[in-house]
Amino acid sequence: MAEFVFDLEKNADKIQQFKAFMETQKQRKGALMPVLQDAQSRFGYLPKEVMEMIAEGLKVPMSEIYGVATFYSQFTFFPKGEYDISVCLGTACYVKGVESVLEALEEELGIKAGETTPDLQFSITPTRCLGACGIAPVVSVNGELHGHMSKDTVKELLDSYRCKNKQS
Amino acid sequence: MITTERDLITIENLREVRERARVKLDGRLKGVSGIAAWEGGYKLTGPFYEKQQRVVLRNCGIIDPENVEEYVALGGYSALAMLLKDWDPKRVIDEMTRSNLRGRGGAGFPTGRKWAEAYRHDVPQKYIICNADEGDPGAFMDRSVLEGDPHSVLEGMAIAGYAVGADMGFIYVRAEYPLAVERLRTAIAEAHERGLLGERILGSDFSFDIELRLGSGAFVCGEGTALMESIEGKRGMPRTKVYRTSHRGLWDCPTIINNVETFANVPVILEKGVDWFLGIGTEDSPGTKVFCIVGKVNNAGLVEVPMGTTINEIVYGIGGGAADGREVKAVQTGGPSGGCIPKSLFDTPVDFGSLARIGSIMGSGGMVVMDDTDCMVDIARFFLDFTVDESCGKCVPCREGTKRMLELLEKITKGKGEEGDLEALSELGEVITSTSLCGLGQTAATPVISTLHYFRSEYEAHVRDKKCPAHSCKELLEYFITEKCIGCTKCARVCPSACISGKVKERHVIDASRCVKCGACQAACPTGAIIKQ
Repeated sequence: MAEFVFDLEKNADKIQQFKAFMETQKQRKGALMPVLQDAQSRFGYLPKEVMEMIAEGLKVPMSEIYGVATFYSQFTFFPKGEYDISVCLGTACYVKGVESVLEALEEELGIKAGETTPDLQFSITPTRCLGACGIAPVVSVNGELHGHMSKDTVKELLDSYRCKNKQS
Repeated sequence: MITTERDLITIENLREVRERARVKLDGRLKGVSGIAAWEGGYKLTGPFYEKQQRVVLRNCGIIDPENVEEYVALGGYSALAMLLKDWDPKRVIDEMTRSNLRGRGGAGFPTGRKWAEAYRHDVPQKYIICNADEGDPGAFMDRSVLEGDPHSVLEGMAIAGYAVGADMGFIYVRAEYPLAVERLRTAIAEAHERGLLGERILGSDFSFDIELRLGSGAFVCGEGTALMESIEGKRGMPRTKVYRTSHRGLWDCPTIINNVETFANVPVILEKGVDWFLGIGTEDSPGTKVFCIVGKVNNAGLVEVPMGTTINEIVYGIGGGAADGREVKAVQTGGPSGGCIPKSLFDTPVDFGSLARIGSIMGSGGMVVMDDTDCMVDIARFFLDFTVDESCGKCVPCREGTKRMLELLEKITKGKGEEGDLEALSELGEVITSTSLCGLGQTAATPVISTLHYFRSEYEAHVRDKKCPAHSCKELLEYFITEKCIGCTKCARVCPSACISGKVKERHVIDASRCVKCGACQAACPTGAIIKQ
């Protein structure tokens, strides 16, 4: 697994916005979850530096933050790729053969489920039911659903996102 | 007085707003295919919908969920207005108790009793929670209601708030449902703008607000007390149940926690009357239930039928039987907490009691259809894999026991099962069921126990003969080339481990000792000569 370093300088703007958001949440009961969720979506993951800011901002011990962050599967400690591919592992997708789709993705990207490619382009996130069982097996890329997947359509799907990147 | 469209809605002008909105809705829906006027409202048409009775889903697919006026046009918020005007809270609770509406989240606890308990406690702060952490794999009933008719849930929650004396509600929704979250945000904002939420609702003295909280991908948070821990900003681990949550729940205050579908039922029950509701479904479980029929079935989708409808009717009558011309073998109800029901029991009516008697549960309404290519041992393993992953780790039986069960199942599906393994599975299941702290652990063994009961021969085939009758367990099957082979060499060329040999135009042979069972040869064969056995 590649090492990812959090660049404080590059993220200065985001950090400022995040701190402002945290300020608005301080008085709210049970603020830790919404704050962590905001950090996760803003930075794409929870860098240690950011968790330290939360500890200071909300006056919650670092150990507690770490405890909460490790409990929920949507919090991660390394960045997600630009395209986060959620693979649905629900029952309907399972009986319709999502396993082979996941294997094909892993092979094509050279990473395991739960990891990010070193160029930060793609990550694979195994997900519990996406609730789109009618079109199983399903993967979603940054929230965009792709139904009736098979191991043969995986490359095509990835290529369509690779193309997008080249164009922009 | 000239009223503009975005005026506050009050008890007095609700009727006028509704009539105006109805004219607009009628205009918009005129000539729209698939929607027809019905009983003073609308319904979806087509063979898939004909056999359904849509109560909870009455507005889904018909109204624009991002326009509160369309909800109002079909009678929305009239129940709330009626209560605020003429009913005292006690009467609301008595009526809900009489309706015998049972919790649609799966356990079927009577809603009225829950409300009555919270009502009894005289404290300054109480809460209402809507449990929208729909985590069962293969189920999306709640998502559809939240996306298609969010105001029915908001109205149901406000009614609950009025009944028990709470002024604050939370909707805890899974983050995996981005569209539902967005629709809820819109609905809450719009309700605020029109005076349907917040201070002095509908111009009355009653104030009630709703806040949206997002889950973060922990299945166990669908358990009531774990969900409350999560809202409080902690690890979502279930509490030891010293008190009922309707006595001491969120931040130790009396809290009503109901499922999305339950709340969506509330306004329509009060609007149309309890007697109307009692006329639907069975005596023990009145009303309808939304099911999500998926898997190897022809017409997958959401199905709402009266309680007491048989599984046959749902799977064949509405679902159209197995897809791809295969045979239905079983349905799995209730997600990781439920069991597999064999085809021989498909004449069982679907209600809380009947499903429990045959070793499954109603659950939230997931119904996954399996055909003859699905191995029941592997399905049990799949669910155990799920529970092991999602067990929060607080209590020992669930944390350690499910892991041991999974190990045994993995061993069996890999063809390494031994005499005594099945007995060990049953015994472990019994202990975990009777000693776990929360519903997740108490039901974790159900998929195994039910398949062991109904499909024991499949387990025995795995253990004794090292065969998988459904040809699904990879390590137990062998690829074999039959005499249909024309010797085209395609299979030999695609084989990644080069274990297929044979001359051109002669029958090929697979060397089973080197075969990795990838299935590439079978896919490549033009004559269907390669079989699994």
